[in-house]
Amino acid sequence: MTNTNVRILVVDDEPPIRKLLRVGLGSQGYAVSEAPNAKAAIELMEQEKPDLVLLDLGLPGMSGHELLRKWRDDGLDIPVVILSSRTDEAGIVNALELGADDYVTKPFGMNELVARIRVALRHKFQQQGEKPVFQSGDLSVDLVKRIVKVEGKEIKLSPKEYDILRILVQHAGKVLTHHFILKQIWGDSTDVQYLRVYVRQLRQKIEKTPDQPRYITTETGVGYRLRVD
Amino acid sequence: MPEDRSNENRPSPDALLEHAEREGRGRLRIFLGAAPGVGKTYEMLMSGRARLADGIDVVIGVVETHGRQETQALVEGYEVIPRRKVDYKGRMLDEMDIDAILARRPALVLVDELAHTNAPGSRHPKRYLDVQEILTQGIDVYTTLNVQHVESLNDVVAQITKVRVRETVPDSIIDQADDVEIIDLTPDDLIKRLEEGKVYFPNTAQRAIENYFSPGNLTALRELALRRTAQRVDEQLLNHMQSHAIQGPWAAGERVLVCLDARLGGAARIRYARRLADRLRAPWTALHVDSPRSASMPEEDKDRLANNLRLAQQLGAEVTTIPGQNVAQDIVRYATANNFTHIVVGRPTRSRWRELIEGSLTYDLIRNAGDISVHVISGNERNSEATSRNVRTADEQTQFQIWPYLLATAYVAGSLAFAVLLDQFLDVRNLAIIFLIGVLASAVTGGLWPALYACLASALAFNYFFLEPRYTLTIRDPESIVALGVFLVVAVIASNLTVRVQRQAIAARSRARATEDIYLFSKKLAGAGTLDDVLWATAFQIASMLKLRVVLLLPEDGTITVKAGYPPDDTLAEADIAAARWAWEHNRAAGRGADTLPGAKRLYLPLRTGRTAIGVVGLDNDKQGPLLTPEQQRLLDALADQAAVAIERIQLVADVDRAKLAAEADRLRSALLTSISHDLKTPLAAIMGAAGTLREFAPALPEQDRAELLTTVLDESERLNRFIANLLDMTKIESGAMEPNFAFHYVGDIVGSALQRAKKIIAEHKTEIDIPADLPMLKVDPVLFEQALFNLLDNAAKYAPAGSTIRVQGWTDNGSVILQIMDEGLGIPPGDLERIFDTFYRVRKRDQVRAGTGLGLSICRGFIEAMGGTITAANRTDRSGAVFTIKMPKPTNPPDLGAACADDNDVGDLGCG
Repeated sequence: MTNTNVRILVVDDEPPIRKLLRVGLGSQGYAVSEAPNAKAAIELMEQEKPDLVLLDLGLPGMSGHELLRKWRDDGLDIPVVILSSRTDEAGIVNALELGADDYVTKPFGMNELVARIRVALRHKFQQQGEKPVFQSGDLSVDLVKRIVKVEGKEIKLSPKEYDILRILVQHAGKVLTHHFILKQIWGDSTDVQYLRVYVRQLRQKIEKTPDQPRYITTETGVGYRLRVD
Repeated sequence: MPEDRSNENRPSPDALLEHAEREGRGRLRIFLGAAPGVGKTYEMLMSGRARLADGIDVVIGVVETHGRQETQALVEGYEVIPRRKVDYKGRMLDEMDIDAILARRPALVLVDELAHTNAPGSRHPKRYLDVQEILTQGIDVYTTLNVQHVESLNDVVAQITKVRVRETVPDSIIDQADDVEIIDLTPDDLIKRLEEGKVYFPNTAQRAIENYFSPGNLTALRELALRRTAQRVDEQLLNHMQSHAIQGPWAAGERVLVCLDARLGGAARIRYARRLADRLRAPWTALHVDSPRSASMPEEDKDRLANNLRLAQQLGAEVTTIPGQNVAQDIVRYATANNFTHIVVGRPTRSRWRELIEGSLTYDLIRNAGDISVHVISGNERNSEATSRNVRTADEQTQFQIWPYLLATAYVAGSLAFAVLLDQFLDVRNLAIIFLIGVLASAVTGGLWPALYACLASALAFNYFFLEPRYTLTIRDPESIVALGVFLVVAVIASNLTVRVQRQAIAARSRARATEDIYLFSKKLAGAGTLDDVLWATAFQIASMLKLRVVLLLPEDGTITVKAGYPPDDTLAEADIAAARWAWEHNRAAGRGADTLPGAKRLYLPLRTGRTAIGVVGLDNDKQGPLLTPEQQRLLDALADQAAVAIERIQLVADVDRAKLAAEADRLRSALLTSISHDLKTPLAAIMGAAGTLREFAPALPEQDRAELLTTVLDESERLNRFIANLLDMTKIESGAMEPNFAFHYVGDIVGSALQRAKKIIAEHKTEIDIPADLPMLKVDPVLFEQALFNLLDNAAKYAPAGSTIRVQGWTDNGSVILQIMDEGLGIPPGDLERIFDTFYRVRKRDQVRAGTGLGLSICRGFIEAMGGTITAANRTDRSGAVFTIKMPKPTNPPDLGAACADDNDVGDLGCG
């Protein structure tokens, strides 16, 4: 897939960040539109119909959160990647719950950002036709046959462990909040620590070094992510 | 009183003791001068020569000749102890060599300039301390001193000359000196010497004359020197008089004595005495003679006397009370014995005819005073001095009691029985003596009125049973009438005297007990270290001495609140709060029994020192009526004074501590600024430099250099980023705004994510992780915990060489979970083990400081402690390297995982089970 036809809307009040993204993303072949505030962003969204939004949470006036909520309320399901500062875990979780697809923390590396953008875009384009078999490193997950293999050997998972892995595979590469996973599996009622227990068990079964996980990584204070190569 | 006199003629023990202590010490002679150049050193050398001529072993410890030729010539012929060379910041300084002097052990050593400050690193910071050591070794010392170096005169001299001298010598040195010789030169002569260039080199001399050595300055300094010497001679004289039991006064230094009694005008006398003492620069004493009459004074007078004594104390007098019969004689005797030169008394207030009968204190005093000046002061302070009490006090008069009269009747009956027995052996008139026994016994046990009653009963019984005609109340014999009359008079006088003695004894006993109690109380207060201790001791003491319930209130946040109580009680009714506040605000009593707000349950009295009001004491008991007798009120005043001073002392200490803390915070803040600006600017400089180079010279640079510069930009940016993150974390800790978001987490998970984040930093190190899978979950904030671990990994990477192993291990230990991060660096210097957690502390690694902020470990500790854990640093015992140990409490209520596992039918082997 080439990036030439992909248009990214950058919403950030800091000109140097916008300039960096324009140059950086431009070099990767993306078309970039810039908005310094929510108002301009709303206009550009209507005029240019971008494929993805990079959204800074700390905007002057209408905040990033409010803008995101407005778009989701309006039924726009365009992928949104949040730009945030590291110390604002609560703000990130909040944005993810509001329907953001992923986040990067400032300061960020351009390659990291591009990887996030790719994942978010892939989800957009893959939503109809899910690949039946997920493959990452030595791990393969067959969502149709419900078979999990590591280094070609089948791994036996409990139903809940499999459910968690399935959800992670379905959103491979994306960060999933604790809340999101819990809601998918248990409904709303359960405590985060059960999830930690299951993720730990899952890691024991599929990771070579469970304390330094290769597949299921912890996004501290936010949630989990299944890494893809 | 012959016995008293023989006592007074004995040498004072203190004086003898002081004398004895000097035995075995060397003798100190100080040559004191008013200004430089008067010839102290010259005189000292001359005196030394005289001793040399006597065959005494004299050496020069140190003498500054200042290039003066006359002085230089005098040094010839002395043995001079070579000076010690001291290297101070590259300058060679000459210092007196005290060890050489002690080793040489001369009989007398000459030490110039007593006030000299030794070079840093010497044995003593000051030369006078050297001299003291030499003296204790039994070596005599001659030394020189200028008056401006005397500690107590430092301020005065600075005022006179506008030059403040930093090198001072405590006054005690001068007091210790066996001889003080003043080297006196008139100002004109000194100026002449200056102009002749005998003191300074001519060009310096002219400037000196214009500034420091003006005739006015010199005259003032000369007066100071003479006065100080006179004062010193005065002390010597007093000492001499006391150790040789010589009656004073000798005309020497001035001393002021103010006599206080219960009369009005006491305050005026005290103030006059204070002014007089100030003017004469003399010490002053307030004296009260406690005569037998004092006990029967009206309460108002007792209050006034107590107030006067307190006022004198507050104004700096030494307050003394002596017992005595003849007030005038006792005052004169005391003044003479203690070498007082001035006595301040009040104007006579008695009417002329009473003076004729009772005599006048003032005239007696003037007649007996001899050489002592007597100042008679009229005090017209009636209004202001009317006793300031506004509290009703209980009457000390006890109610009428019947038993002393019954007892007296019994004594009289006993005497009667005894007299009947002796009737046949003795003459009737002698039997009267037997009745006297009964009367005196009644006086001792029952007091005045029962005694008088016994007199009357005895007279009647004597008449009835023994005087002819017996068994009637009529008397036949005129002689017997006289005998009965004489008996009555003798009985009344004797019982009166007995009662008076009895009263005095009781008063003295209770005074002694109160004094003892107050003394013990003050000792207890002096030992109390905290405000709570002082308050509790005060409440307890007042409660136990006055048999009352006590609360103590101190100001806090603009209002006044209960801080202690005995028995403990901190509930105050509305009326009580109002009364306490009024007492505090108006510095007067309020509440029960007072003029103001008498409806309150307690009586509130202000606590104050000479400086300021401290708090309020509240009192109550279960009885009705006034709380305190006047005697108790005076006792309370004494206790309250002590307590107020103690509380003030503690508060002042706290103030000083706070000031110190503030200064420390200031120091920290400036260290912070220095550190921040350095740590922010270094990476920025690298980034800007690299980026600038790339923009300007990119085409000219080889590909490899360009890549290197870009790496620099990225690496330094990351460093800057970490530093800023640390600063933000630190701010979070220090502002107290940190609210850990606790939840149960696996240690292994957090270690994993910390390692993930630190991947780049520890890329050149090997890692070894040993976290058992069954380690219990911890209740922590994952973000804070990860950051703490990250900082420890960062620290290990910084201080351990590339290629070495960083080990992370965990285990449970007795209710805690232990997590250790070990490196293979040089370890931590033992002295730094605790300090490395201080903000901005960095361990020096040989000659360079590692790039770091000095914040990382401090943040670690802040975060770990905020989550209820501890972190300590140590060195590895198995090899070189540091080990950081985090100890977290094992959660008491680990999550119950049964619910989560219940519906998972293929249960795994972990967690669920």
